[in-house]
Amino acid sequence: MPSLGADMEAGTLVEWLVKPGDQVKRGDVVAVVDTQKGAIEIEIFETGQIEQILVNVNAKVPVGTPLARIRTAMEPAPAAPSPPPAGVREVPPSPAPAAPPTIAPPVPPRAAIPIVVARARVSPAARRLAQAHGVDLSKIAGSGPSGEIVIADVERALGAAAPPEKKRAIGLDLNAMRTAIAAAMARSKREIPHYYLEHQVDVTAAEQWLAGRNASRPPDARLLMSSLTIKSVALAARRFPAFNGFYRDGAFQAAPAIHVGVAIAIRGGGLAAPALHDADQLSLDELITRMRDLVQRTRAGRIRGSEISDPTITVSSLGDRGVDALYGIIYPPQVAIVGFGKAILRPWVVDGAIGPRSVITITLSADHRVSDGHAGALFLAEIGKLLQEPEKL
Amino acid sequence: MNEANIRAVLHEELNNIAPEVNLATIDPAADLREALDIDSMDFLNFIIAVHHRLGVDIPELDYPKLVTLNGATGYLKEKLGA
Repeated sequence: MPSLGADMEAGTLVEWLVKPGDQVKRGDVVAVVDTQKGAIEIEIFETGQIEQILVNVNAKVPVGTPLARIRTAMEPAPAAPSPPPAGVREVPPSPAPAAPPTIAPPVPPRAAIPIVVARARVSPAARRLAQAHGVDLSKIAGSGPSGEIVIADVERALGAAAPPEKKRAIGLDLNAMRTAIAAAMARSKREIPHYYLEHQVDVTAAEQWLAGRNASRPPDARLLMSSLTIKSVALAARRFPAFNGFYRDGAFQAAPAIHVGVAIAIRGGGLAAPALHDADQLSLDELITRMRDLVQRTRAGRIRGSEISDPTITVSSLGDRGVDALYGIIYPPQVAIVGFGKAILRPWVVDGAIGPRSVITITLSADHRVSDGHAGALFLAEIGKLLQEPEKL
Repeated sequence: MNEANIRAVLHEELNNIAPEVNLATIDPAADLREALDIDSMDFLNFIIAVHHRLGVDIPELDYPKLVTLNGATGYLKEKLGA
């Protein structure tokens, strides 16, 4: 059971997408786990063959419990590491180490972007339900991450789908989510000595560039301002590594990759900040495509485990209907969060003359155990500079 | 495609974004972004969906014309020559 957040202690296994004997590749989604954050898809970080399922559907187990045993290619004989006793050891605040040949070690060696398998599959639970009710699986469209038919698809086919107001809330329990947010934010305010900076940035050039670029493109190829802001934070984090990484066990570790946690509001009052992996490496087109997918899956309660545990820095944007500025609370064990207010038309001095310009207030909340205001100011200024040349992002 | 069909498509696509909202209760002259609490990504998804459903080209400059149900219906009706 991977740790999917600083304060997660246990999770319930709700669905297996593999069975013993199945071949799996690193990055495959193999199970769905229900946590306070909703249903999270668990990816596997080893390539091999599923040997044994150790945790049954609907069982709730503590973080660190092996979920399944997998035989890797390096391991010809069925090695059988015995699972550690469940529920006896204290769960540390940061992700706990797990035995390597089990599913989804809490700290993946590096970010694994799930591999999309083209072939449609059927989850065991979905297959059982379909068989029990004589549902023809070939007539059902799968809604799983790789197009797998999952139990919800069969339920829908049976006409037993959840009522419309709950349609998009699969696995999303807003009360539990609020508890998780409260726990993480309380811990942050207790442990992290925040400092705050703000910087007003003229984004007129960025808006004009966006408008020009979007004018000749169909809607699904258009960019949003948030694609520019996220990319500039990612690029600035590359230059200023003290804002990208984790503070654990009394020390800061800069992260080798830049996985930007994107704060996403959930309808009805919820918040999640799953990772946009390697955001600094993505083109703006790739970034918006990934972001659209991430927002859609998050709101549908289909986040992947790595997306929950991987963010190395968070970006929160109020969007065009928000207010001037937001001061974020750092999501532990991260060490920085960058906030973007809405763009506001202001009187602004450019080349000695006052004119109307579109201005965004960018804020930084950062961890004083790791950096100081001086470095924070340089980091924020760098984000502002990058936004002046959107064509280079 | 008549006005009723256009409204039906708009209602359906908006409900995909805001499933808990009963669109019949929304003032057709109200700003949808406020009335449905949708952000710029939701609005873009709405435009993408309408573009795919109706095959209407909707340049970004025209977005302000589509922010109310009445505005969007009128705009699409004109574009479709209905």
